[in-house]
Formats: sequence, C-alpha cells, structure tokens
Amino acid sequence: MKLHQVPPAELQDCLRDAGLWLRTGPFSLRIRSRIPTVAEGLADLYGQFEVRHPHETFADFHVDVNAPSLLRRWLRPQVDFSFDGQLPFMPLPYDQAYPMLEWGLNWCVSMHAHQFLIVHAAVVEKNGGAAILPAPPGSGKSTLTAALVLSGWRLLSDELALIDRKSGLIYPLPRPVSLKNQSIPLIRSFSAEAFINRASHDTAKGTVAHMRPPRESVRRQHEPARPAWVIFPRWAAGAATSLAPRSAAQTFMFLAQNAFNYSHLGADGFRTGTRLIDQVACYDFAYSRLDEAVQAFDRLAETPRQPEAAEHAPGH
Amino acid sequence: MRPATDLLSRTLRTPELAAQLSLAKWDLLVRQARQAGLLARLHARFDELGLSEAIPRLARWHFEAAAALAHKQQIAVRWEVCQIRDALAGLNGPLVVMKGAAYVMAGSPAAHGRLFNDIDILVPRRLLNQAEAALMLAGWHTTGLSAYDDRYYRRWMHEIPPMQHIRRATVIDVHHAILPDTARYFPDPEKLLGRAVPVADLPDVYVLAAEDRILHSAAHLFHDGELPHGLRDLTDLDLLLRHEAATAHFWPRLVTRATELQLGRPLFYALRYARHFLDTPVPGDVWEALRPVAPSPVLLRLVDGIFSRALAPSHASCSDALSPVARQAAYVRAHWLRMPSHLLLPHLFHKAFISPHQENGSPKAA
Repeated sequence: MKLHQVPPAELQDCLRDAGLWLRTGPFSLRIRSRIPTVAEGLADLYGQFEVRHPHETFADFHVDVNAPSLLRRWLRPQVDFSFDGQLPFMPLPYDQAYPMLEWGLNWCVSMHAHQFLIVHAAVVEKNGGAAILPAPPGSGKSTLTAALVLSGWRLLSDELALIDRKSGLIYPLPRPVSLKNQSIPLIRSFSAEAFINRASHDTAKGTVAHMRPPRESVRRQHEPARPAWVIFPRWAAGAATSLAPRSAAQTFMFLAQNAFNYSHLGADGFRTGTRLIDQVACYDFAYSRLDEAVQAFDRLAETPRQPEAAEHAPGH
Repeated sequence: MRPATDLLSRTLRTPELAAQLSLAKWDLLVRQARQAGLLARLHARFDELGLSEAIPRLARWHFEAAAALAHKQQIAVRWEVCQIRDALAGLNGPLVVMKGAAYVMAGSPAAHGRLFNDIDILVPRRLLNQAEAALMLAGWHTTGLSAYDDRYYRRWMHEIPPMQHIRRATVIDVHHAILPDTARYFPDPEKLLGRAVPVADLPDVYVLAAEDRILHSAAHLFHDGELPHGLRDLTDLDLLLRHEAATAHFWPRLVTRATELQLGRPLFYALRYARHFLDTPVPGDVWEALRPVAPSPVLLRLVDGIFSRALAPSHASCSDALSPVARQAAYVRAHWLRMPSHLLLPHLFHKAFISPHQENGSPKAA
C-alpha cells in the first residue's frame, strides 16, 4: 500500500499509536509522532512511498518526533527527535518538527549504515549515469538538484550518496529535497510541477521547506546507479555557465573528508573511494541560471562515457 | 527474575535459539543490542558458532555494519596506544593499559566485537602531573568541564578529567588508582602495578595481570554510578572469566587476589550478575569462599532488585515501573561507596540543583 492511500485520520492515528512503517530506499522506518505538522508533512511528501502495518515487520530505524513534556508544551513549545530512546539533538522549536524529522533520519542513516561509504552529496541520474554533487552549504547544491529532478533527471538523494562497498553502485534514497530561503520561490517559479510543503521559519538554516520527490524517482527507488561524474556546483550571481575538469586526486580527498564514515571503514573506505574515482569524470561547475545549468547537465548525459571500469578492487 | 522481554541476554546465553526468532523478535533484538553497544559482539558470537546464516537478510546489515566499526576500532586502538606510549616515552615508570584497550592488547576474547568510547590508562600517582603534561604536549587536552567538575575530579577522583586529542578526538582516561581514595575499599595501585604484565609485541606497554583485569572490571562496574554499558561490561567479565577458568587454579587465585585488593564484594556481585544474565559458570566452592564478603540476605535482596534492572539492556522494552528508581539507586549507591557522606551529600546536591543550570552540563563519570 502507498501512503497516499491512507486516509488522513487513519494516518494520524497510526503515527500516534503503533507508528507508521515506511520504506525509503534501502531503509525501513517506523515513525511515531503526535504532532499534526509531522503527519501533514509525511502526507504531503511521501505519498508515493510504500507503507505497512508496523506490527507485521522489521524496521531499521525506530524514530519519534514529539514534544518533550506537557509543561514545556505550554511554556515554550519544543520538539525532540528520538532514535529508539536516544536523543541525538537538542530540542528545537515546535514549529520545526517536520524538518527535524528529516534531519534526524539523515543522522540515523549516516551514523549507522556502514555497508555504504556515505558521502555528503546529492546524486541524480540520467541515461544510466549518476552525477554526484558534493558541495559545501551555500553552493546551491539542493537548488540545482531540485531543478534537475524537475527536468527529467532521476533523484537518488539530496543529501546522502550511498556508495555500496561491495558493488561500488550508488543506492537511491529519494527522500524529499530540502530547500532553503530564496531557493523556495526560485524553484516554485522554475516549474509549475514542483510541490513544496509548508515552510518552517527561523531554523538554524533560515527558512526551510521540502520538495516532494518525483513519482518516477520513488518508483525506481530500489534501482542502484553506476557513478559517472563528480561535479562540484558553485552558484555565483551573474556567472557564465561553465564546466571545467578538475583533478581526480583532489576530488578523492574532498570526498573522503566529506564522507560521514570514511574513517570508520578503514582500508575498505579507501578502496571504495578509489574505485569510485576511477569510474568517474570530475568537474567544477559554475552557474547562475538554472535553465542553462540543466541544459549543460543534459549535454553531459548525452556525451558517450568511458566504458565501465574493470572490476579491480581486491577482496571482492 | 529475568524479564521475558530481555531478548539480548537470552540470545547471549543461548545464541542457537536465534534461529527460531520471528522477524518482529529480530527487530527487538537489534534495538536492544544497539542500545547496549552489543551488536558487534553478538555478531562475533554468531560467527564463532557458525550461526551467521540464521540472521534474516533484512536484519543482517545492522550486525555487519557494527562489526565493520568494531574491526576498525581494534586497529585504531592499537595505533592509539602506540601514540600514547610515544607521548609518555620520557616518563620514568610503566604505562599500563586497562579495560577494553587492554583486552585488545592482550589478545583476549573480551576484545571480540568490543566497541570503544575511550582508552583507560594507569600511571603511578607520583608521575601523574608529568604524564598529564606529556599528553598535553602530544595534543590531548581536558575539555568542556565546569570548574566544579574539574575540581571534583582532581580532589576526589582516582582519575584526572578525560583528555581528548585535539585532532583525532580520541579520549583517554588517565587513572592513578582503580577506585577513589575516599572509597570504602581502596585497592593499593602499587600492588596492581607490581603484577602488571608486558604486552607481547609492544615494548614498554603493560596490561594488568589476568585476575586483576577481572577485578578491575568488577570494581568499575559496581562502583560506577552510570551504567549505560552495564550489560556490555558484564559480557566482558563473562568472556574474561570463561577464558581464564581454563587455566589451572584460576578460581582460588582470583578469590585470594580479591581479598588482597579488598575487592571481594565487587567480585561477588560480578559473579552473581554474570551468572544471572549470562549463565557464567562459577564453581560452588567459589561462592563458599566468598561467603565472608557477601552482603546480608536483606541487603542482597535490595541489591538484586537494583542490579537486575540497572544492568538489563537500557532499552524501553526491558524496563519496568521500577527501572528508573533502580538506575537512580545504582547511581547513589556508587557515590555512597566512593565518598563518605559529609562529602557525598553536598556533591549530589550540586549535581541535582546547580549543574543542570550551568553551560557545560555534567561529565560522564562525575
């Protein structure tokens, strides 16, 4: 059953009571919350995802988003994210319950899923090639990702590149795309098809909202993709669209530093990273106009790529 | 009294029953094991017994990911111990590695699937200032403590505040004894240092003698106020005891040594709860020999009520109505054993009413 088939009242009851079982890419979640905006956010953004009755089955991550105490609710309403009883974060204002769920889920994956090398990067795919977009905050990574997936690219992830240590393939986790501040109206005007949920204001990142992942990306959420490019986007006002090759060695170092669990994986993290670098072309990408940026990516997806690199990783 | 919901200790006792668990039970087992820091240890146990195939496909990655982390940590601990040794090379005295890091250095089965939060070392008290200065020069610094906590550590504790490496973020606990000076029992550190054994492939690094490692683990478990890793530490004890029990005259040596170090009572508790949770085999004459140090039946019932709860996996599914009280009681009891009441009451008052309002919060051991 898909989440959009669950009537709103039933969804709220389920979240309040036994919890909602939801599958996103390789991970199953059990989410509990008494907060109406959490139910609303899930209904708005996760409609195409598979849900089940939580009693039936196994869940990878059991999470709660709730107000800490009754007293607190009246004095200064706040919200806690709990991972099966652990509280990894300080409470946030009540209004930020939904984004807190999304951030908490990113934390769950990046702290535990060591079967993957997990790089802080967006990943999109076209014609069988995946583009990894690692970038520091403020580089316009999420805005570009949103524009690409609204223009026919498949969303694999907005935040977490899951590189399988055994196969080297990238596994999709097509959860909603997080948009900040001016990106929200920008993406709304970029495409009439973009659905963006209710914004939360005054978060640590400013105003935050999430864009619903395209239906096709969710339908293909169990289909891994072969890495083809690592592209560092950089938005600058008035910049001409340009794609310039960059050093593979530097790219590797950047990916290692921006992987959540590179150091946890030891030698295997190094092997996974070097195998990835051998398969991809690396670029710096400057842009100011989203439509031109999408065209540049489309041209890249059309040019023939180097054939699939030979399997050479020792130990597999 | 073993709650039926405590799947984790049941599985540690009888791993072969895992093959019969439903998927819903695996869900619970993974959650309990994660909270207790025992996913990797359980994986190691399944592996040794050829039971890995019994783990359902959906649950498997949780065990494998934890095992990958544990494997990396073992390598990292060895490397880190070398760094500590180099930092303390000028010290005119032994460097003794304790607890988890010692199990790794000694190649003990208690290292299997062990996860680490920090590295514990013991240096002679006369060299403590020198050791702290040398570690600071090599990049380790005391971090994030309130003035009260810093003073508390330095005045009353058997260790200096935890030191964190400025670049690698690894944490060392530097001890000069295994219990505070103010504790009811005070095992003489010189006696421990006197029997420390060298690590085979790493000159100038020592670990405590096998019995002392067990007694230290017991003293730590039953004198430490907070027990987030209580069950993990108990499984360390279980593995150490089962391993050493194979050597001749182990049990009499252990009991004699416990008496020498004034650690008979914690040994009694360690054996009692290891048997309770993990079915650790303990010969009947050991109980007989420990009778003089055992608590009275009334006290024992109370302590049973506390530790059968406080040492259970710290997961909601293993808690009953009394669990929070039991954990609180374990906290107060540990402090009562460590400090006379004229020191303890002001300390608990400070922790309850003043520390929560200070920026730094409370450190893990204070």
